[in-house]
Amino acid sequence: MKILICISNVPDTTTKIKLTGDNKAVDLANVQWIINPWDELALTRALELKENTANAIDKVTVITVGNAGAEPTIRKALAIGADNAIRVNTDPKDAWLVATQIANAVKSENFDIILCGIESSDYNGSAMGGMLSEMLDLPSVSSVSKIEIEGAKVKVNREIAGGFETVEPSLPFVAIVQKGIAKEPRIPSMRGIMMARQKPLTVLEPVAADALTGFVNYEPPMPKAACKMVDADNVAQLVDLLHHEAKII
Amino acid sequence: MNKILIYTENFDGKFKKSTFEAVCYGVEIARQAGTEAIALSIGDVAESELINLSKYGVARILTCNNPMLSTLDNQAYAAVISQVAKSEGAGIVVFSASNTSKAVAPRVSVKLNAGLVFSVSGLPKSLNPFVVVKKVFHGKAFADVMIKSDVKVISIAQNSFGVRENTTEAVIESISAGFDTSAIKTKVTNVEKSTGKVLLNDAEVVVSGGRGMKSPDNWKPLEELAELLGAATACSRPVSDEGWRPHSEHVGQTGKIVAPNLYFAFGISGAIQHVAGVSSSKFIVAVNTDKEAPIFQAADYGIVGDVQKVLPPLIEAVKKLKSEV
Ligand SMILES: Cc1cc2nc3c(=O)[nH]c(=O)nc-3n(C[C@H](O)[C@H](O)[C@H](O)COP(=O)(O)OP(=O)(O)OC[C@H]3O[C@@H](n4cnc5c(N)ncnc54)[C@H](O)[C@@H]3O)c2cc1C
Ligand SMILES: Nc1ncnc2c1ncn2[C@@H]1O[C@H](COP(=O)(O)O)[C@@H](O)[C@H]1O
Repeated sequence: MKILICISNVPDTTTKIKLTGDNKAVDLANVQWIINPWDELALTRALELKENTANAIDKVTVITVGNAGAEPTIRKALAIGADNAIRVNTDPKDAWLVATQIANAVKSENFDIILCGIESSDYNGSAMGGMLSEMLDLPSVSSVSKIEIEGAKVKVNREIAGGFETVEPSLPFVAIVQKGIAKEPRIPSMRGIMMARQKPLTVLEPVAADALTGFVNYEPPMPKAACKMVDADNVAQLVDLLHHEAKII
Repeated sequence: MNKILIYTENFDGKFKKSTFEAVCYGVEIARQAGTEAIALSIGDVAESELINLSKYGVARILTCNNPMLSTLDNQAYAAVISQVAKSEGAGIVVFSASNTSKAVAPRVSVKLNAGLVFSVSGLPKSLNPFVVVKKVFHGKAFADVMIKSDVKVISIAQNSFGVRENTTEAVIESISAGFDTSAIKTKVTNVEKSTGKVLLNDAEVVVSGGRGMKSPDNWKPLEELAELLGAATACSRPVSDEGWRPHSEHVGQTGKIVAPNLYFAFGISGAIQHVAGVSSSKFIVAVNTDKEAPIFQAADYGIVGDVQKVLPPLIEAVKKLKSEV
């Protein structure tokens, strides 16, 4: 069995977001880049599954669409334990473009399970995994919080309102994963970092494709009014404010 | 302008506020563009429920009630929705921002060669070119996004538009799946659901606790307050990681994103990843012993104090209010 994990290269989640002077872009100079948290958990889960030899997983591959700046992030995925990596050398302008590139790069590779995250933590698109599955004409399950292999079957848990469903997709399929898929992301070991240098990283040139969406302008969030403080000895006043002023209870 | 198609998601045969919100949104763009808005429902929904969609201004309600579609299969749902979009000549397909939409809308967008923007937070800034606004970086900025394709797919962030009644005369039309349902490639083998509890995603009020609650045994008053307010309970990530509360209650960037009218944060420091999941709440109330805690920057009302000392009089005051109104 072969597993592919799609990795989005994103600014560290604690990054303070500054806009450029003309508000046409987010100022990403001096930003720390990381593996998108969901994708890191997906990779972790894939490696856990591979370690159970009964699952007969021969290869865990990671792919990212990005220019050379994304290279350290994909190397980190190799250091964590992926066997090989693919980078499609183009600017990931929107999910449509990214999905087109990945679909083209992997169409003849016959991955059995493709894992994507529920969203990139930067632009919060929630789009790429679903688009990729449609372009590859594969079944997909989204909001996946658990994935298990039982013989030739794969079982996943999908979150629904107030609970979850167990879903069995036919293979190959795309799982779009969220919280719960793995407990903690793995961190690369010293040995992993050394080994990553020898692991294959293929750079592919992009196929011709257009983005269908584009960011034209940004605005900072509206400034928030100062917090109104209520004295701890007069808690009833809070309820009064919520009722009469905020009119919310 | 081409028509507006709204996918109206049901939950066990019932529509929720988020569905009506998507209808209101679609109806309003149709009005601005001088075109027609159509609702499409998939799955088993009774006519008496379907007709509720007309309260929000939609005059044609299409229903695809095929037993094979009683559970979600992303490929099948996307096939049905995109087929209707094509046969009706829809220019914009509107979803609410649910898990189902996340699963299906991107597939629809591929079938329709349409650009997709998820979690739009207001009416289009312009229809031609088509520009909508959405939050990025979990609310640390807003972005205007242009969709360049002829057909557009969007989903509407919860509580970003609201619902307003605007009843019209409506017709309900049954349609066939137009899809070989025997080809469905996913099978639901088990369903586990908690019943009777207010669901976090739907709740108008959320009562949440963090590590400042000190122990899982201290949640009683918090649950009592939630019950009084008809609220859902929630927690910060370390609380669910510790197993003090179920994982389904974890809110924040890596948990659930919630947008209630009122969010109570008891003993939560207000880390950036936590606030990312709750900053769309209309009002935030924080109770924390540390007056420097960052949660007070996100909050509208605050009390510097010990949760264990604040909760009992708070519960009393709410009880008193409830007995008066
Ligand atoms: C990639 C990433 C993703 C993350 N995602 C999330 C997420 O989705 N959700 C999330 O919540 N966190 C998330 N975190 C963790 C986050 O950074 C914080 O560590 C976490 O939110 C802190 O939880 P807390 O406020 O409950 O605990 P603490 O930070 O320990 O805060 C406890 C607070 O309680 C107060 N307190 C103590 N005693 C009392 C008392 N008796 N009465 C009143 N107040 C008291 C303290 O002053 C303090 O402010 C993420 C972190 C990372 C790195
Ligand atoms: N540039 C990219 N390269 C590879 N995978 C990506 C890229 N962008 C997004 N993805 C994948 O798609 C998921 C959803 O991303 P998005 O649609 O950008 O929110 C991410 O969690 C990744 O798994």
